[in-house]
Amino acid sequence: MTSYRLPAGGRVARGESLGFHFDGRPYAGHPGDTLASALLANGVRLMGRSFKYHRPRGVLTAGSAEPNALVTIGEGGRREPNARATMVELSDGLIATSQNRWPSLALDLGAVNGLLSPFLAAGFYYKTFMGPARAWERLYEPLIRRAAGLGRAGEDSDPDAYEKTWAHCDLLIVGAGPAGLAAALTAARAGAETILVDEGAEPGGALLYETALIGGKSTDETLADMLAELAALPNCRLLSRTTALAWYDDDVFAAVERVRKAPGGPAERLWRIVAKRALLATGAEERPLVFGGNDRPGVMLAEAGLTYARRYGVAVGRRVAVFTAHEGGLRTAKALAASGVEIVETLDARRGARVVSASGGRGLVDCEIEDGGRRRRLQVDALLMSGGYAPRIHLACQRGGRPRWSEAHSAFLPPDDGLPFVCATTLADALDEGAARGAALVGEIGRKAAPAAFGAIDGDWTPSTDKPLWRVPGSRGKAFVDFQNDVQADDIALAAREGYDHVELAKRYTTNGMATDQGKLSNLNAIGLLAEARGVSPAEVGATTFRPFYTPVSFGALAGPHRGPHFQPVRRSPLDGWARRRGAVFVEAGLWMRASYFPRAGETHWRETVNREALAVRGDVGLCDVSTLGKIEIVGPDAGLLLDRVYCNGFAKLPVGRARYGLMLREDGFIFDDGTTSRLDDQRYVMTTTTAAAADVLRHLEFCTQVHWPELKVRVVSVTDSWAQMALAGPRSRALLQAICDADLSNQAFPHMSARAVTLLGWRVAARLFRLSYSGELAYEIATPAGEGELVAEALCAAGASPYGLEAMGVLRIEKGHVTHNEINGTVTPGDLGMGRMVSSTKADFIGRRMLAREGLQAPDRPRLVGLLPFAPQAPLRAGAHVLREGDEARLENDQGHITSSCYSPHLNSHIALTLVTRGEARHGETVQVWNALKNEYARARIVAPVFVDPAQERLHG
Amino acid sequence: MASLIRCPHCGPRPREEFTIRGAALKRPAPDASEDAWFAYVYLRDNPRGPHEEHWHHNGGCRRWLTVARDTATHAVSCVQDAGAS
Ligand SMILES: [Zn+2]
Repeated sequence: MTSYRLPAGGRVARGESLGFHFDGRPYAGHPGDTLASALLANGVRLMGRSFKYHRPRGVLTAGSAEPNALVTIGEGGRREPNARATMVELSDGLIATSQNRWPSLALDLGAVNGLLSPFLAAGFYYKTFMGPARAWERLYEPLIRRAAGLGRAGEDSDPDAYEKTWAHCDLLIVGAGPAGLAAALTAARAGAETILVDEGAEPGGALLYETALIGGKSTDETLADMLAELAALPNCRLLSRTTALAWYDDDVFAAVERVRKAPGGPAERLWRIVAKRALLATGAEERPLVFGGNDRPGVMLAEAGLTYARRYGVAVGRRVAVFTAHEGGLRTAKALAASGVEIVETLDARRGARVVSASGGRGLVDCEIEDGGRRRRLQVDALLMSGGYAPRIHLACQRGGRPRWSEAHSAFLPPDDGLPFVCATTLADALDEGAARGAALVGEIGRKAAPAAFGAIDGDWTPSTDKPLWRVPGSRGKAFVDFQNDVQADDIALAAREGYDHVELAKRYTTNGMATDQGKLSNLNAIGLLAEARGVSPAEVGATTFRPFYTPVSFGALAGPHRGPHFQPVRRSPLDGWARRRGAVFVEAGLWMRASYFPRAGETHWRETVNREALAVRGDVGLCDVSTLGKIEIVGPDAGLLLDRVYCNGFAKLPVGRARYGLMLREDGFIFDDGTTSRLDDQRYVMTTTTAAAADVLRHLEFCTQVHWPELKVRVVSVTDSWAQMALAGPRSRALLQAICDADLSNQAFPHMSARAVTLLGWRVAARLFRLSYSGELAYEIATPAGEGELVAEALCAAGASPYGLEAMGVLRIEKGHVTHNEINGTVTPGDLGMGRMVSSTKADFIGRRMLAREGLQAPDRPRLVGLLPFAPQAPLRAGAHVLREGDEARLENDQGHITSSCYSPHLNSHIALTLVTRGEARHGETVQVWNALKNEYARARIVAPVFVDPAQERLHG
Repeated sequence: MASLIRCPHCGPRPREEFTIRGAALKRPAPDASEDAWFAYVYLRDNPRGPHEEHWHHNGGCRRWLTVARDTATHAVSCVQDAGAS
């Protein structure tokens, strides 16, 4: 294989060689190459297969709009599909693999689709895959998914790190071409904090391949001078390899940086840049020409050919023709010839010389030319086409503005002239407008800047005023508009004929612009063809919607460090160490890691452990970590008034030193949360919430105090993390606690529902003590400063308290009929849970009062909390199972309610359940069936009162 | 949707620090009509144009704010402490 590398020229480091593999074959390139330029230098033109027809495809561009040369880079967890070969920097040992072909790129059986193309035209998805809905799931979708799709994502975990960061600046400039560099120099010289981002590996844009002289210097020299000056300005940050993806409201931009790998460093960095001002200097995209065979490997954009020659020192062919529809293409042809590329012919469509078809299977062989009415063939191995230029307006349109058609530019421009957007048609324009815009923008934020000047341009571009050529007349064969999605000019015409002539409908009907390149090269031609078909101006057709992101973004960049164990924060209790030392098995509960149970040697099943823990509480004494409960301090002269308004039961008269159970409603009358609130002194209360609703309750109290009743003299603050809290429960709890507590804990001195400050362990620990019982036993909750919790827990365990976890706590509370958010599921009222009499009838106002009074919420046939006892005590009752009358079929209209909580009760030696059953309070004793829909199991059970242990509540008052 | 909210207490902050409750409605008096209560709890306008909402700066000062924004243009015209209005 002979090299296509030109003898001289280009910015690649010719002295150094980099080895790489493409489809298993070894090749070599140079630092500074892209995968595309290195493959072209090695004579490889075939780089991919198209989406639908599996057509052989080569590189079409030299930049980020590339639709064809999509490859998979890397292996294992670093495997990246659909990488654009034009954007992949060559590195030593790079492994690239072609996609969408089987068994090989050269011989792809999927290409048979090409023969079926008459049936695969626009709208074929809609026309073909009609029929029974079930067929979609079983037949059509798997079929489409197998046939379509490009690269496959890797299945291994990505070993690379990704990070996210914010940046703030005076001026953000997107695009480090001539305009962006001129703007950056202007702004940075004036002292403005300037960020310049560019998606290329090297900044410079057109300066990387342009032939004009600037102030007598080559563009290489000019660029080097500009970059040296910017590097020396500390207030300017130049981010290359950084694609500006999105312009959000408030001048916040998203950009992704492909970081040069450093050990331990990230692979990509997602930037959010807050800019006081922004300038879009994003340049323009060259437009392909639409003619038969315009997708043959070897047909590419003219400027891409120039870029390969001048930037990479690669000739795209040995016999190259240029086909242009505008003046600028002629200049590109001359620049190519001057760079050592053999231009055999330049065809100017404006003068009647046209390529009507290009042929060659896996690479261009020859073209059919129509020239002055005569047809002839021209043997070439590369054909460079230029249909004109279209400015890259994506970012400017992302916030909803509709682009405007400009007849003068034959292109769409940003929605309004006020947008800071450089639209230049010559190099001089670009430099001048960039500098002027930069000066004006920093001027708006109070910095006086003189526009940078660069001297006269020798050999500048000629602005083109030519009418666009949407489709080459006389074209023969498949003429592609959207290369990646295989949309042909005929498809657009068909869509228009079949009534899908609105631009958004045509897009979806033909799939034009819906591939990974989002139609960067195809949209304008598609709009032009649609306009022709409808006989209107492109202005009337309009453009499709531009949405973030500008180019595809890896999930890694979006996730950043938030994956695996760092997906969300982990909250650990202040008693975490205490539980670990006792071998706790933990369970995730929201963000919390909670001790679930504490297995002992010899125990073979978790339930064996839980039974033991629950029996220890009722028979002796147990200790449980309840630190995860929300704790909110409520302080101020109106604290009691606030509580009176947020709980449905009365709190205003709660004496100091007492605790009270409270039900909090939502404004719609349903229960929001429950918990206890204790009055520690005249103006200080501490509220506990459920673990799950802690954040919501705090937010609710803040809303009440700040918005509903800002006149109340009260403040609320979360102290959840400040306190360790543990429940000491069981008949021996008082004895254990009294041994380490200075206060008198006798039933007279400290009865049920008392609260006070105490000191523990010989005045070492200042604690808060509450006589509360969730288990139904004689019990206390002890709150200590977070750092001292383990000390107290260890002391109590040393004195004989056995640890119990969340599971045993669940058993104890179900045995007592105490509710959690299993029961408080957003659809229940206090009455539903048997607590209707708690609701104050005397308070003038509390949250939820008015809506709770609605007829529906007071209806007698509402579900009520009951207990269920199975006839077969060892058969589990499953939460979620439904209750039916005996003999009734399992149908919705027969539903009597469902099980909210269930467990095995070691005290009853039976499974038990809490259940919401229609009119349940009047049905105690009734036999029902329990239907578990998941397993289609039926069980018989008896409705009982929802208190299975000590219904007289004698134990907790002892 | 705005990217930055200018909290009167904290300055411009990313919108991820805030949560939106919904339309800034005034809670009816306890003895207001049932219709007024029903409207307050359940009925919401879906305006195109200026709209006032309650936002909570939960990732910052934890104050409730009244944010006036335009649902069509996304422009935020005013942010003030909800208790100040
Ligand atoms: Zn704030």
